[in-house]
Amino acid sequence: MAGHSTYEPQNAGAKWLERRLPVLSLVHGSFVAFPTPKNLNYWWTFGGIAFFMLVVQLITGIVLVMHYTPHETLAFLSVEHIMRDVNYGWLIRYLHMNGASMFFIAVYIHIFRGLYYGSYKEPREIAWILGVLLFLLMMATAFMGYVLPWGQMSLWGATVITNLFSAIPIVGDSITTWLWGGFSVGNPTLNRFFSLHYLLPFVIVGIVILHIWAFHVAGNNNPVGVDPKSEKDTIPFHPYYTMKDLFAIVVFMIFFSWFAFYLPNYMGHPDNYIEANPMVTPAHIVPEWYFLPFYAILRAITFDIGPIPSKLGGVIAMFGAIAVLFVLPWLDTSKVRSARFRPVYKFFFWLFGFTCVMLGWLGAMPAEQPYVALAQVFTALYFAHFLIVLPVLGLIETPRKVPDSINDAVLGKTGEAA
Amino acid sequence: MKNLMFKSARALAVVAGLVVAGPALAAGDAPHVEKQPWSFAGPFGQFDKAQLQRGFQVYQEVCSSCHGLSLVAFRNLAEEGGPGFSVDEVKALAAEYSIVDGPDDEGEMFEREGKPFDKFPSPFPNEQAARASNNGAYPPDLSLMAKARAVTRGFPWFVLDIATQYQENGPDYLYGLLTGYHEAPEGVEVPEGQYYNTGFIAGKTLAMAPPLSDELVEYSDGSPMTTDQYARDVSAFLMWAAEPHLEARKRIGFGVMAFLILFASLLYFTKRKIWSNVDH
Repeated sequence: MAGHSTYEPQNAGAKWLERRLPVLSLVHGSFVAFPTPKNLNYWWTFGGIAFFMLVVQLITGIVLVMHYTPHETLAFLSVEHIMRDVNYGWLIRYLHMNGASMFFIAVYIHIFRGLYYGSYKEPREIAWILGVLLFLLMMATAFMGYVLPWGQMSLWGATVITNLFSAIPIVGDSITTWLWGGFSVGNPTLNRFFSLHYLLPFVIVGIVILHIWAFHVAGNNNPVGVDPKSEKDTIPFHPYYTMKDLFAIVVFMIFFSWFAFYLPNYMGHPDNYIEANPMVTPAHIVPEWYFLPFYAILRAITFDIGPIPSKLGGVIAMFGAIAVLFVLPWLDTSKVRSARFRPVYKFFFWLFGFTCVMLGWLGAMPAEQPYVALAQVFTALYFAHFLIVLPVLGLIETPRKVPDSINDAVLGKTGEAA
Repeated sequence: MKNLMFKSARALAVVAGLVVAGPALAAGDAPHVEKQPWSFAGPFGQFDKAQLQRGFQVYQEVCSSCHGLSLVAFRNLAEEGGPGFSVDEVKALAAEYSIVDGPDDEGEMFEREGKPFDKFPSPFPNEQAARASNNGAYPPDLSLMAKARAVTRGFPWFVLDIATQYQENGPDYLYGLLTGYHEAPEGVEVPEGQYYNTGFIAGKTLAMAPPLSDELVEYSDGSPMTTDQYARDVSAFLMWAAEPHLEARKRIGFGVMAFLILFASLLYFTKRKIWSNVDH
């Protein structure tokens, strides 16, 4: 994933290693000398912040596993054992629990930054697709992690989501039974979720490396969306962006600490402090906040579409809402990357942001009117953005004049300064 | 025109973000919960030891006849950040309880005096026994009750709660429930074995008879012996039972925040210095 490396090993040990495994020059080329556009704003720090959160989740998670017991009669008690009796167990657990939300906050900002500045466009399609894959893996990991404390929302959230697979024609019920390892969410389900919850983060690490490799081939996108033309447009990653990212990470840690230390249960649901009970269904089953927009899309399809029953339609719509992101680079027909130079796209970008927020709200509301009708409207808007607006807009929109180079944009030689 | 469109869309998105960010749950017929002043609220909140001791007394003399506290050990009562009983007091207290242990060398279960490491024994051996003694209702364990109940705050409160660090929904709810028993208004049918309560989260009536009344528990520290005071004290005690490391959490949190803010400022100036020779 290195650009060009000017690395010269200085001491004998480094020289010895470099001749045998040039890992030092790889790191040097990727994270020290790597030529980076000099106009990246703070929205670009969220990739590093997301990576930092991944590391936090790995470290806290590995420690939690040393004290956690994945069994239906012991899981809830072992989490309380961590909270009460393990030294600083409450801290590790609250960091992990809130860390999941922080990871999603960082990743959502990172995704919307990509949408705003057209970072998914040629030649960064593979980086984008790997990013969507990472998002999908994160969702799977977070969902299974939420099941592990074996509270009421753990059990019933798992029941609702795994039941979705029963909508698949003919084999649906068999698949659901296979996923559960039984005829309902139970101990086998808990055990396999635990196993996968521990496995998937390492898969995520691997794909993160590919993700970085992919965008390092073309280099970073930047706020004006013009590729660097000369050395005047770039600066080495270190010390400029190492320092800027580090500052941003520490500021994000302040935000994180605000929740982990003072509002540790704000993001959670009180029902998850009640041990899982298959005989008692909670009044409202709500997923974690970061799934709510997709949950709203799932529940918005309340009608049959031709031969497709509504339940299957909802499942298709929900997975389609993520699947559509994979083909986004080919749906957007505009050659101009940055929304700075696309006035109409800018409007639709914010409309899309509004749509996602409204879907998030509707996902938390009960499945009754007027929420269902609203969810249908915003589901339609969600898909229209990708399937109608983006393909058509590229053909009819007149972009503003794009600066000739990053340096010109920075020095204010065209319309808007960076 | 486009600019206006864009600005209004952005404003909409920001407003919607405020409306929705967070666990906006269905409101339904949830009771209105009054915020109470708690010593443990806010960034510097600490438990009031005397209040926790009184609350424990209320639990022990009133609640414990039906409700367990199975995640709390006697020793916890003497640990830092708790009610502040001495080790000897806890030993004496534990010894008042009889604990089933075993099996012994003959394979028999036996009863012995409680030790500080024992958890509070539950009043019923199992859920069925509890239901049989309580008209079919199951008195839940109280160990986590202060974190396991919360009435939905609704917009805009749940957004403001982030800034005000409001995390006392649990004890506020418990206080509201314990002081929420009233005469049922005209036209409200109260079924046999049920009691009307304006503070209950899942309906207008519940199976628990009003547990508290004035002068029920004899306080030795001169605090008012009223239902209101008992409800406050036992709610505070249950918050501690659910979150025994709350004080440490807030104390460490302050140190962490202070360090991070200082560190971030230093990093900011370092970053500016490094970037000072770049046009960007």
